[in-house]
Amino acid sequence: MRFREWDWQGLALKAVRIGLFYLALLALWQIVYELEIWSRLLLPSPQEVWKQIRFYTDNGFIQDAVQTSMKRLIIGYTLSLVIGVAIGMAAGAHRYVDETLGSLVLGMQSLPSITWLPLAILWFGLNEQAIIFVVLMGSVCAVAISARAGIQGIPPLYRRAALSMGANRVQMVRYTLIPAMAPSMAQGLKLGWSFAWRSLMAGELLFLSGGLGQALDLGRNLNRMSLVIAIMLVIVAIGLIMDRLLFSRIEAWVQERWGLATA
Amino acid sequence: MAVEIRNQERKEERPLTEMQTGGELLALSGVSRHFRTSRHQTLALDHVTLSIREGEFVCIVGPSGCGKSTLLNIAAGLDHPDEGEVTFDGRPIRKPGRERMLVFQEPALYPWLNVRANVELGLKIAGRKRAERRQLVDRYLALVNLRKFERAYIHELSGGMKQRAQLARALAVEPRMLLMDEPFAALDAQTRDTLQQELQEICARTRATVLFVTHNVRESVILGDRVLVMTPAPGRLKTSIPVDLPRPRGPDSHAVVDLAARVRAELQHEPVPGQPEDGYAI
Repeated sequence: MRFREWDWQGLALKAVRIGLFYLALLALWQIVYELEIWSRLLLPSPQEVWKQIRFYTDNGFIQDAVQTSMKRLIIGYTLSLVIGVAIGMAAGAHRYVDETLGSLVLGMQSLPSITWLPLAILWFGLNEQAIIFVVLMGSVCAVAISARAGIQGIPPLYRRAALSMGANRVQMVRYTLIPAMAPSMAQGLKLGWSFAWRSLMAGELLFLSGGLGQALDLGRNLNRMSLVIAIMLVIVAIGLIMDRLLFSRIEAWVQERWGLATA
Repeated sequence: MAVEIRNQERKEERPLTEMQTGGELLALSGVSRHFRTSRHQTLALDHVTLSIREGEFVCIVGPSGCGKSTLLNIAAGLDHPDEGEVTFDGRPIRKPGRERMLVFQEPALYPWLNVRANVELGLKIAGRKRAERRQLVDRYLALVNLRKFERAYIHELSGGMKQRAQLARALAVEPRMLLMDEPFAALDAQTRDTLQQELQEICARTRATVLFVTHNVRESVILGDRVLVMTPAPGRLKTSIPVDLPRPRGPDSHAVVDLAARVRAELQHEPVPGQPEDGYAI
């Protein structure tokens, strides 16, 4: 993949196509703004939003909010990976765990994680731990379900080969199970991340102690829709960047290496 | 103690009984295995008794579902008999081990590792040192003609290359015996011919002991020092046919074709109802 030659012309054309689409979208926004269907206070112009982004990045407000949010997200997400993979692997390997813990996880998956906030506040108090807990609960189920599917999807032949080579339990996990569940986990990582991100935003909107969610609420309180839209754009940008730079790459790499890509 | 004495006895016996092959390595005596489905119970193996000496290449031939894979799994230690005894070098087989390596019909290679890493894995599991691993992997990749493809990933290989890689992986841990479960069944005819020739050469060079399961009669005659014919439902060993033909044996030599016809005739014999319960000692 590293040695692939870049198709500059194709890339340029693609950039033009995508650019045109977003220009059209901006134009539409501008037109709606000019028509004054909603009051200019409620729907600011694109320039107004851009000004807000400039203003709040110049004074460091957006950077601070991003930093606070990312810290919570990374802690909560990492915890959910560790716990989720452990639960998922146990459920994938042992029927008893699957029937008990596995079914519980499956059920909790349908529970929006923000519903944990009231309990979390009572348990942990109005602090970081409460919001990290909400993030954790948001993504742990998705991660566990992917890990379980990963274990159960391993061809029995792989296990038999490892057994024939005399692998003990630890070697079986290390050399066979973990790598074999990677394709499923690549999707789980991505899914878990997006659940964590949503949970965090919901939590911060309600919880009000720094972060992007609170910045959104600040915009609402100040009746400054341009700030609200500016923060929403920042959230979208972070999501896109994480997906393109990290998760899509992991997924593509796993697909290629594991021979799953349709050549 | 008892085992040691028996081995000594065998060592003394060796030159008298057989020139090329050594003492008994794998022994099944009166092995039976049932499988229960929701409706009925099938007898996959019915009192199977066989013995394979060191350095011997034994083929088991029989139609699908005659229990030959079950037999191989039992020899590998992946499955256990309901009745009877299985010993390897005088000791009962309880679990899989590196001294008996399985080669599967579908290539059980790991797609996330390249050819070299796949071959190396067994040695890693065995806890061999890096330098030793490198040397062994080099040797066995060369033996199966895969040195050029050592960096390739499994999905980039042809069916024949996959089976070569699997063979190299099994040989690299230097097992005392290879258990091969229809390894060439999924290959096209030409690749199959080539691999049969290569396997003969490899076995001549490494003096490997092999238990080779197949449903291809001619293949069994080309490869085996001895062909065991198995009949299905219940799985029984019917006859043992020695193959005293010079090697390497080509697929079209008259002697091979003639002997294959004899094996096929054995296979097509109608099963006689009410056969003796003890099966056949071979």
